[in-house]
Amino acid sequence: MTDTALSSPRSLSPFAGLMSGTAGPVVVVVLAIIAIWYLGAIALNAAFQQDTYERAGRTDVPLVEFIGDTLAQERPKLPAPHQVAVELWKTTVEKKITSKRSLIHHSTITLSTTLLGFFIGTSLGILLAVGIVHSGVLEKSLMPWVISSQTIPVLAIAPMIIVVLGNSGITGLLPKALISTYLSFFPVTVGMVKGLRSPEVIHMDLMHTYSASRFQTFWKLRLPYALPYLFTSMKIGMAASLVGAIIGELPTGAVAGLGARLLAGSYYGQTIQIWSALFMAAFLAGSLVALIGLTEKLTLKRMGLSR
Amino acid sequence: MASILAWFLVAMVVFGLFSPIFDPDFHIMDLPRLAICLVILAIAGVRYELGFMRNRVGDIALGLVAMLAAWLLIATVRLHVGTASAGFWALTAATWAAAWLFVERLASWQVQSPVAKRLLFLAIPAVFGATLLVLWELIVTGAGKPGVGISNALLPSPSEIWLRLSSSLDILWTDFQQTFLKAVLIGYAIGCGSAFLVAILVDRTPFLRRGLLPIGNLVSALPIIGVAPIMVMWFGFDWPSKAAVVVIMTFFPMLVNTVTGLAASEVMQRDLMRTYASDYWQTLLKLRLPMAMPFIFNALKINTTLALIGAIVAEFFGSPISGMGFRISTAVGSMDLDLVWAEIAVAALAGMLFYGLVALIERYVTFWHPSIRG
Repeated sequence: MTDTALSSPRSLSPFAGLMSGTAGPVVVVVLAIIAIWYLGAIALNAAFQQDTYERAGRTDVPLVEFIGDTLAQERPKLPAPHQVAVELWKTTVEKKITSKRSLIHHSTITLSTTLLGFFIGTSLGILLAVGIVHSGVLEKSLMPWVISSQTIPVLAIAPMIIVVLGNSGITGLLPKALISTYLSFFPVTVGMVKGLRSPEVIHMDLMHTYSASRFQTFWKLRLPYALPYLFTSMKIGMAASLVGAIIGELPTGAVAGLGARLLAGSYYGQTIQIWSALFMAAFLAGSLVALIGLTEKLTLKRMGLSR
Repeated sequence: MASILAWFLVAMVVFGLFSPIFDPDFHIMDLPRLAICLVILAIAGVRYELGFMRNRVGDIALGLVAMLAAWLLIATVRLHVGTASAGFWALTAATWAAAWLFVERLASWQVQSPVAKRLLFLAIPAVFGATLLVLWELIVTGAGKPGVGISNALLPSPSEIWLRLSSSLDILWTDFQQTFLKAVLIGYAIGCGSAFLVAILVDRTPFLRRGLLPIGNLVSALPIIGVAPIMVMWFGFDWPSKAAVVVIMTFFPMLVNTVTGLAASEVMQRDLMRTYASDYWQTLLKLRLPMAMPFIFNALKINTTLALIGAIVAEFFGSPISGMGFRISTAVGSMDLDLVWAEIAVAALAGMLFYGLVALIERYVTFWHPSIRG
């Protein structure tokens, strides 16, 4: 970028080099967030701790002990980062995977729902996009509904889909995956429509001079052109799919899955459990999106499309 | 494609005319109005293939007759709930084919005036949506449980949902107030507003921009909805906890989009502002904010949906005895599915109107943008 016109002259401090990239600032911001978190934990948990001391009849507690105690409550209002980390370690590494308390056990359930929903959603999204690109009628009639389908708060329907399908004998992954599907098909449809339309007129004309059939044009020109768009929208779709899977687990009455852990935690006031489930979900989302990013990089590199 | 559909329509009508449409031997010939209507429908459908009335009058006639046929079919099937047989399904398919043909004809109309073009642009998806509703009504009523009435079915028909909606307006209004007017709107305003202010602050300090933006992007991809139980624990069962969830959900998309938008103006343009000797605030107000508006409105539009979802889902984790999410989860528990669907219809309508309103404001604010002008 030729952004030199407005940028201020570099300072000469030794930190300048370290802080001019992205990594330095990100680390600082993360550290700041953790510091704020600790302060917040102390502030939010202080009232309860004071109460405990009063009940125990202790009046003069040294500050260090007070702070230490606020950060080590069993059911804190806001658990401290290290408490969450310890809980995460306990429930992933130290528990057997088959145990109902193992977070890995619950994550696998959520993960399989997410992947199934994502798979159906992506396939549906691609099919819709192909239809929309090739048929003017579909574009004019269906596309507005695809867009307005997302203004409907679908997650509201989630409990009903689960209960209704459960009553008609369909249980297990599929009902939950359908919610993921609903959330994840939209970005794929929109992205693919854009992608399949992205070849320039001159390329389409070239295919025409080769007297390529519609299918050949689709397979050899449109689809390769759409791939970068597909990967971008798949990342959004994957994140949405995970949200759908978590919400889908709520109305089943907290049986299994990360959503169930959240619900059970909120029933019993187990804040540390909620936070660890939350972090596990974040980790899952991050790694799934990163995985798609990696595939994207490799595929586009092989196709010679990478920038 | 169109000719296949037309002949399919004819085949379905002929099949429907000569086979029983409801179970104990009810033929369509017992109902001459419907029979005549369907014959006209079939003729209107294949007129292109037969070569007459190839004009808009014919197209509109097709649409009107299809509407009449659908209405008669619905009226008939109401009297014979759950006893539909092959003939009825053929007629349902015929109605669908006719409506599809009509949409196809509409899509191929060439109109000149921009007003007509706009109307047509709205009419096509409207007809499509109406077709879906009619099919839903026909299928659900035709396949419902005989004797029990329709209301115990797992999937109620649109007309029943409408009945329930109009008969329980007071409940729906209370829920709407609790969820939408309090949690969603307040949370949306606070979330988007604070993100906007933070974005301007962040934009002033490049250090924060480089540090916060990657994190903001990461957080946007996370299932933030999971903070709902924590917020309910912190802020209690009433609407502030729902508003808090909405604030968190809307904050990051708005932050990321605004920061990106503020960087959208080009160096040339900023240099021009400098040659005018405009200071930071003038450049911000007259160049960079207007340039950022498409991005900001993008976030505002995404956030309308997120806000509704956040508020409704947060109510699943505990709420006072009103609210859309509360009503949905309790009504599902007592299998009161009419009410659930009525609630969903209200939520859908509110979501669409909210989105539409923001999109409308966008048209006025960013009138200069190519995507609006063009």
